[in-house]
Amino acid sequence: MEAIVDRIIPPDAETPGGKDARCAVFIDRQLKGPYGSASGLYRLGPFMKGTKEQGPQSPLTPAELYRKGLAALDQYCKAKEAGKTFEQLSADQQDDTLKRIESGEIKFDSVDAQGFFSALLKDVPEGFFSDPIHGGNRDMVGWKMIGFPGIRYDYRDWIGRHNERYPYPPVSIAGRADWTPHKS
Amino acid sequence: MSRKLPARDVVIIGLGWTGSILAYELADAGLDVIAIERGPWRNTATDYPPGYAADELRYRIRHELFLRPEQTTFTFRNKMNQTALPIRSWGAFMPPNGVGGGGVHWNAETWRFLPSDFVARTHLTQRYGAGFLPEDMTIQDWGVTYDDLEPHYDRFEYLCGTSGQAGNVKGKIVDGGNPFEGPRSRDYPNPAQQQPFGATLFAKAARELGYKPFPQPSGNMSRPYQNPLGVRLGPCTYCGFCEWFGCGNYSKASPQTTILPALLRKSNFSARDNSEVTRINLDASRKHATGVTFVDSDGTEWEQPADLVILAAYTIFNVQLLLLSNIGKPYDPKANSGVIGRNFTHQTISDVTSFFDPAKFIFNPFIASGAIGTCIDEFNGDNFDHGPHGFVGGGYMGQVQTNGRPIETAPVPPGTPLWGAQWKKAVKENYQSALKPGTGVHGSMYSYRDVYVDLDPTYKDRFDRPLARMTIDFHDNEIKQNKFLTDKFAEIFQAMGAKQVVKQYRKAPYDITKYQTTHLCGGAIMGTDPSTSALNRYLQSWDVPNLFVMGASAFPQNAGYNPTGTVAALAYWAAEAIRDKYLKNPGQLINA
Repeated sequence: MEAIVDRIIPPDAETPGGKDARCAVFIDRQLKGPYGSASGLYRLGPFMKGTKEQGPQSPLTPAELYRKGLAALDQYCKAKEAGKTFEQLSADQQDDTLKRIESGEIKFDSVDAQGFFSALLKDVPEGFFSDPIHGGNRDMVGWKMIGFPGIRYDYRDWIGRHNERYPYPPVSIAGRADWTPHKS
Repeated sequence: MSRKLPARDVVIIGLGWTGSILAYELADAGLDVIAIERGPWRNTATDYPPGYAADELRYRIRHELFLRPEQTTFTFRNKMNQTALPIRSWGAFMPPNGVGGGGVHWNAETWRFLPSDFVARTHLTQRYGAGFLPEDMTIQDWGVTYDDLEPHYDRFEYLCGTSGQAGNVKGKIVDGGNPFEGPRSRDYPNPAQQQPFGATLFAKAARELGYKPFPQPSGNMSRPYQNPLGVRLGPCTYCGFCEWFGCGNYSKASPQTTILPALLRKSNFSARDNSEVTRINLDASRKHATGVTFVDSDGTEWEQPADLVILAAYTIFNVQLLLLSNIGKPYDPKANSGVIGRNFTHQTISDVTSFFDPAKFIFNPFIASGAIGTCIDEFNGDNFDHGPHGFVGGGYMGQVQTNGRPIETAPVPPGTPLWGAQWKKAVKENYQSALKPGTGVHGSMYSYRDVYVDLDPTYKDRFDRPLARMTIDFHDNEIKQNKFLTDKFAEIFQAMGAKQVVKQYRKAPYDITKYQTTHLCGGAIMGTDPSTSALNRYLQSWDVPNLFVMGASAFPQNAGYNPTGTVAALAYWAAEAIRDKYLKNPGQLINA
């Protein structure tokens, strides 16, 4: 997972990538929770394939989709790349593999490869941009990258200040690290 | 076998905006009122306090405040010859759940419909001739006029503390307001909200193009406000977590912040939450409701007898409950007969995303509220000559800055990959300098013979009741309308100096996964003829006179505005009819 999230959001000189932002930790926690088990969604059958406009009709939960998708990805890479797992490929080879999954060129037998990739494209940025209380967006790196101040909640002094950069650093639901005493 | 509760004067199904309004008005008239709500009780202080209300993942992405589809959902198809499949996760609209209903999570865009909207068929036929309307378009007059509703719009706006700039006070056009609106009896209770940078640029460009821009009427408070019921709201802080969220600041008009505190003081009102009404019960004549049956959170079934039943759930659940209770003749699109389920509509929304030079423009998109922005109304309803264009209907359009929440709102120019280094760079470059209006083109959707609600033959809810099935697609009229409006909207952003303007037209087929608005309308419509409407002009059932049905399910077709102002005005209008007419002489109020 860490290899994948670092290709979806690669590190650059200023901002960490998906791995250091802990997007994989975020996804792990989400899959262990209600999202992973499709809790609250309509799960009664019959499950039938419909039109694109009718929305997802898969009986798989997100946790099942990830389990099957990750296993199939490694199986595919091992077969194609002399026994190497996805993680062991070079960054370029990883990008190339993901691009061919995205385009539908690579298909998995056990699971819808494009569906798995769509879930990644949704979940990885969520890990990068959601509040750090959910495990990702470490030190609010995603928010700092774009200048989103998080949960500041009161901009009455700023509504009338037009075309001016908001100067204050972001705040999370858990506050800020520099407001919290270090444990000795 | 259900257990029977003591009889009450009134039972209300659903405690959202309309349920709260009817509960207050009828309890105020001295009636003994009980409301039964499917979802949980919700309080500002405990359900979405400022300390954790601003959680995009929890509320926006995981839908914390909305109905769980496992509790119930609908099935959907575009055409009558397709098999409808269940909506397993919400997409195109967000059915609310719990006390306050959609009033908890709405943007608070608080509009009135145009006078001509209420007489749509008569007005359009007179102006353009009957042949101008598509043959399968089934639009109708409402049976109620703008003038009938004006005092009730006014009541709702003063209940909510709506912030806005009047454009027409008693027939006198006021500069800076919407010159197309129907005459209002007085100003808004609060001045318009302060406008962010993008909205002021939009206003300037719109004026230069010859339009008359005005601030969107907003249920976000521009200053502290005490309403006529003595309930107080605080000023909006532009936190940017408004729509899809509850307001932790008591700054957005909702049943919680305007009416419930006053209602709960009345000893002749009570409510049950987490209790789902499964049917409206009728006596042997089938012409009189005896009350309702509901199931509580333990699965115990109860019967609540009452003299008067108010159905005040979300649009499509109103229709479903009427069908499941065998009230009114179900609509049959083949025979074009029956009324329950007919004239079902939604909205025709599109977006324009504009990219400006990052070195010159900083929009601070996170400084936002649900309804803050500047709009024009030149292309709404019949405010312009449709003759040359070959379609009817329209919508308002505006630069409404609802949020800069980064999961939802991180626009990148077309052609950017969806992931990887280029995507990351484009997100960073454009976050502060792109405009992606939370409300862009807000177009009407008119009604058609093959767009309707009935019961699904296959899929069931947790009580083994058939799900409601929606059959809906966009028709050429709406596609043309959207093309025309989106092009006009984009011209304004060009004039604002955007380096790239990206138009996202609304196209057929209707897609259940793409969010538009939560404004489902119709299916239990009001009108003057019992053969083409479920309700009379007072929202009273033609078939069961001691049943009144609130909500946008009464709209014969949808207009180019957000519906809540009109939904609430109709609720006050119906409440007045019950108090002043029905209670004096219970029975059918209209002889059709």
